Amino acid sequence: MREYSAFSLLRNALSGNRDWRPVWRKAAPRPAYDVVVVGGGGHGLATAYYLARQHGITDVAVVEKGWLGSGNVGRNTTAVRSNYLLPENQRFYEHSMKMWEGLSHELNYNVMFSQRGCLNLAHTPAQLDEFARRGNAMRHEGIDAELMTVGRIAREVPGLDTSASARFPIVGGLMQRRAGTARHDAVAWGYARGADRLGVDIIENCEVTGFRREGERIAGVVTTRGDIRARKVAVAVAGHTGEVMRRAGVDRLPIESQVLQAFVSESLKPFLHTVITFGMGHFYMAQSDKGGLIYGGGLDGYNSYAQRGNLPIVEEVTAEMLALFPGLARVRLLRSWGGTTDMSMDGSPIITCGPLPGLYLNCGWCYGGFKATPASGLCFAHTIARDEPHPLNAPFTLDRFHRGTVIDDKGQGATPNLH
Amino acid sequence: MLITCPYCGPRDLAEFAYQGDGNRTRPDPASMDQDAWNAYVYDRHNPAGAHHEFWQHSGGCRAHLAVTRDTLTHAITSVAFARELGHRRSLRRDRPERGG
Repeated sequence: MREYSAFSLLRNALSGNRDWRPVWRKAAPRPAYDVVVVGGGGHGLATAYYLARQHGITDVAVVEKGWLGSGNVGRNTTAVRSNYLLPENQRFYEHSMKMWEGLSHELNYNVMFSQRGCLNLAHTPAQLDEFARRGNAMRHEGIDAELMTVGRIAREVPGLDTSASARFPIVGGLMQRRAGTARHDAVAWGYARGADRLGVDIIENCEVTGFRREGERIAGVVTTRGDIRARKVAVAVAGHTGEVMRRAGVDRLPIESQVLQAFVSESLKPFLHTVITFGMGHFYMAQSDKGGLIYGGGLDGYNSYAQRGNLPIVEEVTAEMLALFPGLARVRLLRSWGGTTDMSMDGSPIITCGPLPGLYLNCGWCYGGFKATPASGLCFAHTIARDEPHPLNAPFTLDRFHRGTVIDDKGQGATPNLH
Repeated sequence: MLITCPYCGPRDLAEFAYQGDGNRTRPDPASMDQDAWNAYVYDRHNPAGAHHEFWQHSGGCRAHLAVTRDTLTHAITSVAFARELGHRRSLRRDRPERGG
């Protein structure tokens, strides 16, 4: 497979673009592998890539129920940030951020990572105090954070209602300049191409319907395209974790699947140069390179696997958008959609060996899994290859809930629809 | 999504507050059984399909409702007052089973 470069672009442009090749093989399942990764989304593909790249385990299959990247990696709002309060989350997501900064070179695939900054708006002095605390905690861990005055925000974000007569007047904000966005599909395709080049089989339209067992041990998967034996089976299926794990006999997990909606507007001239979040509700927005406003808000708030939501959230998200940017009142909505999120009981993920011998689990990403993709793949691959967690994911165990060592960044308790 | 409140009739989703999975059984408040409390607080069945759950008609009559809803389609198949369910459960609990 050829490397991508400015030269290859030019050569293909001059030869009518007839020489591009598919970037991964359409593999058929073989009877046995060292490792089978269930789920061909961002995390599954990244895991397969790092298994091959970092640990030399190339006898790997990624099995995907639908088409590659057809789940949440293609449905998220593309924000990448590491502005967390608790050290476990800070270290994990900051490592991910550093991996993002070199990812296009690592993969030889342009993931269009754009460090345009992420600005959290504060609307009360108490909220600004809390942001100062979080910003200080971030800087203590070596992460960039900058507390901004409302005057500075008004200069940097045109169109934002920073007046004292706004519905919720803005009093300041917390900016992480190294945060930003990435092209979500390119992340899936880049990891798929990288894994494929190292010998990983990516098997699409192959649903796992059961698990093979040898005694107590999980020893492979039963799929719609036949049985596949494996020494190790790794599950990274986000919102469908509960249903897949039930097929392995694990009936209860600290996870609820809920629906999160997202929206994109018609294309506008570039005016919004950061990712911006509202502090008096749940709303976030960025402008894509094509000009569309990509935005979203809170969960619908009930269990759902439907991949579509209901109208009250559409109304709420729109109202929040207009509270910040009254000038967008006549912008037309282009598309809206829903994704199934795996809401954990403390808002933090799970990357762990088990819960059965031979099985490895990666889930609980709530609606923040996209930014974690590189570190999640790195840590999960380490966990699978070494049978012990990487130091970065050691706190993110499945039994932390029962042991009382939850990692609850928002302090919401076991209320998945509030994380 | 419309929920048909037994008292108020069919009402918009925006009037209701979600109270979560209705399959969990809260241990006796005096119980020291840590596994039972952990299971109650953290563990979920999380089915794709029929789900038994609680809602409150917080923007209406404020009644707590026990609802069965399909999580794949959002279709609601039954709505009842939660207090009736609670009554049945407490009758079950009054039977001698095992010590806390």
